[in-house]
Amino acid sequence: MKIVVCVKQVPDSAAKVVVENGKVSWGDAPLVINPWDEYAVEAALRQKEALGGSVTAITIGGEGSKDALKHALAMGADDAILISDPALVNMDTQATAQVLAAAIQKIGGVDMAFFGRQAIDGDAGLVPAQTARLLGWPALTLSSVIKVDGGSVKVERGIEEGRQIVTAKLPAVFSLTKDFGEPRYPSFMGIRKASRAAIPTWSLAELGIPAPVSVIAWPEIMNPPSREVTCEVISGGSPQEIAEALADKILAEKVL
Amino acid sequence: MNTWVYVDHFKGTALPASWEAIGVGKTLGTVKALVFGSGVEALAKTAFEYGADEVLLADDPALADYRAEAFAATLGKLAADGAPDLLLFPTTTRGRELAGMTAIDLKTGVMVDVIALEAADGKITVTRPIYAGKLLTKETCSSKPQIITLRGRAFPKPAQQAGKSGTLTKVSAAAGDFLTKVEGYTTAEGGVSLTDAGVIVSGGRGVSNNPALTPPAGLDEKQAEVWRAQQGFALVKDLAAVLGAAVGASRAAVDAGYIPYPNQVGQTGKVVSPDVYIACGISGAIQHLAGMRTSKVIVAINKDAEAPIFKLARYGVVGDLFQILPALSAAFKKKLGK
Repeated sequence: MKIVVCVKQVPDSAAKVVVENGKVSWGDAPLVINPWDEYAVEAALRQKEALGGSVTAITIGGEGSKDALKHALAMGADDAILISDPALVNMDTQATAQVLAAAIQKIGGVDMAFFGRQAIDGDAGLVPAQTARLLGWPALTLSSVIKVDGGSVKVERGIEEGRQIVTAKLPAVFSLTKDFGEPRYPSFMGIRKASRAAIPTWSLAELGIPAPVSVIAWPEIMNPPSREVTCEVISGGSPQEIAEALADKILAEKVL
Repeated sequence: MNTWVYVDHFKGTALPASWEAIGVGKTLGTVKALVFGSGVEALAKTAFEYGADEVLLADDPALADYRAEAFAATLGKLAADGAPDLLLFPTTTRGRELAGMTAIDLKTGVMVDVIALEAADGKITVTRPIYAGKLLTKETCSSKPQIITLRGRAFPKPAQQAGKSGTLTKVSAAAGDFLTKVEGYTTAEGGVSLTDAGVIVSGGRGVSNNPALTPPAGLDEKQAEVWRAQQGFALVKDLAAVLGAAVGASRAAVDAGYIPYPNQVGQTGKVVSPDVYIACGISGAIQHLAGMRTSKVIVAINKDAEAPIFKLARYGVVGDLFQILPALSAAFKKKLGK
C-alpha cells in the first residue's frame, strides 16, 4: 500500500493570535504540525501496519515547514518531501490542491492520500476534497473508521445526522476526524531518525507544473471586535434562590 | 445579481442554514434554489416559501443518497450552462465539500464559513473567521462564479410564506459511474444538533468533581472518575432537556472520556454561535473560547472565581454546579410552564 500524508506547519492551538500593523502575529508561540494532521499521520501509519507498504509525508512551505515533516517522520513515516518554491506564497485552497495533486501524481502509484480535516490557521477544510477532485479520486472526507479490503475501502464519515457508511475503490483521498483515534507520540528512536533524515525539496519545475493562480485575495485581516461584557455575578442565598435569580436574568434577555 | 443557493438536506429535511442562504441571496437579487435528491419535490415547495424565485429540481433515484462525486457532477454541469454570478452553500459537511469540488470544476475559488458580506458592482467582499475566530479576514474572489459557504445562524432566516410558489424547473442528474456507494447510516445519539442550536448547555472537567457521590464498588480510579462525570453530565442533559438545548463539552471532558467527540465545542471541535451558552464546570481554555465566543449570552457556572470563562460571560455563578444545575432546571421548568 503506497500511502501519502499531507501535513502543514501552523501556530500552536493555544497561541494568542493577533493582528499587529496589518500582519498576523502569534508572539513567541511555537509552530507545530497542524493538530488535525496528526490524526492523518496516525491513520496512514495504521494502514501501513495492517497492510504493509510505505508512508510518505509531504508539505508545502519554506525550510521551517520541515519541522512538520520531521514530526510525521518521528511518528513513523518512512520518508518526507518538502515542496518549496518562491512562487508558492499566499495560495488559496484550490492553488494548494493543484500543487498537492501534482506531487501525489509525481510520487506515482499512490493508493491512499490522507489529510487532516482542516488546518487550524485558515480553517477552510477544502483542500482534501479539492485535491480529490483534481486527481479524479473519491473524496472520503471526515472519516472516523477506515477498513481496506483488497482494492476497495469502507469508511464511516461524520455528517450532521450521525455517520454515513461509504464504500469506494482505491485510490482515494481521506480526511480524518478526531474520533478516528488518538495519534501516537513520536518515539525516542523516531525522533533520532527524523533528526537525521534527508528531506528532498521539490520545486514547481520538478513537479512539472506552472505556478498555480490564486483567485482569492485577503484585502484586510482584523482582530475581532472585543466583547464589551462585564460579568454580573449572581450570588447570595441558597442554590435555589441563585438559580431563580439567574433564570430570571436569562429570561429577561428575551432570547429563549 | 443572479444567485444560486444549494439546499442541503438529509432524507428531505433541510438544514436551516439553507433557508438563511436563500434570504441572503434575495438581498442581492434573484434566487434559484438547487434541490437534489430522490422524492424531494416537497423540499422545492418549501424553498419557494422561503423566497426562491425558481427551483432547479434534480429528482432522481441516483441522488437518493448524498455522494460528493454525483452531486458535484450534477451541480457543475448546471452551473457551467446557467452561469450564475454567485453560488451560495450553507457551511455544512456536505455544503463545504460540494462547494470545494464545484470550485475545482468551474475553475474558481471558495470563500468559506462566511459571517458577513457586502456587494458592490457585482463583486462580493466577505468577512470570515480564521484561527478559530481569534481573527477575522475580508476576502474577495477574482473569478466567476463567486462561491460562498455561509455559517449557520450568522444570517437571519427569512419568514416562511405559506403557499408562495415560483418556477419549478426539472433538471436531470449527471450520468456516470461515480466511484462511491453509500451502504447506510448510523444515526447520532439524537437530541438537538450543536451547530443549529439556539441554546447550548456545556460541561467541562468540573462535572466530574462531585465529592458527594460514591461510585459503585469495583471501579478503578479512572472508571470512577468517568462514572462521576457521567452523573455530572446527567445534570447538564437535564437542563438541556428543559431548555430544548443541545449538549456541548470542552475538549478536556472529551479527552477524559466523559462524553463523545461529536459534543466537543472549540477549535478542534464544533464552532457554535447560539443565543444562550451555559458553561458548567468549564474553565475557558483559549481553544474552547475560540469555539463559542460569538454566542449572544454566555452564562458561566464555575467554583473558581478566577476562571477565564467569566471574562466572556454576561452572567456568572461562582459555586457548586451540582447544587446550582438541578435548581436551575427546576426554576426554568416552573417559569417556562413545563
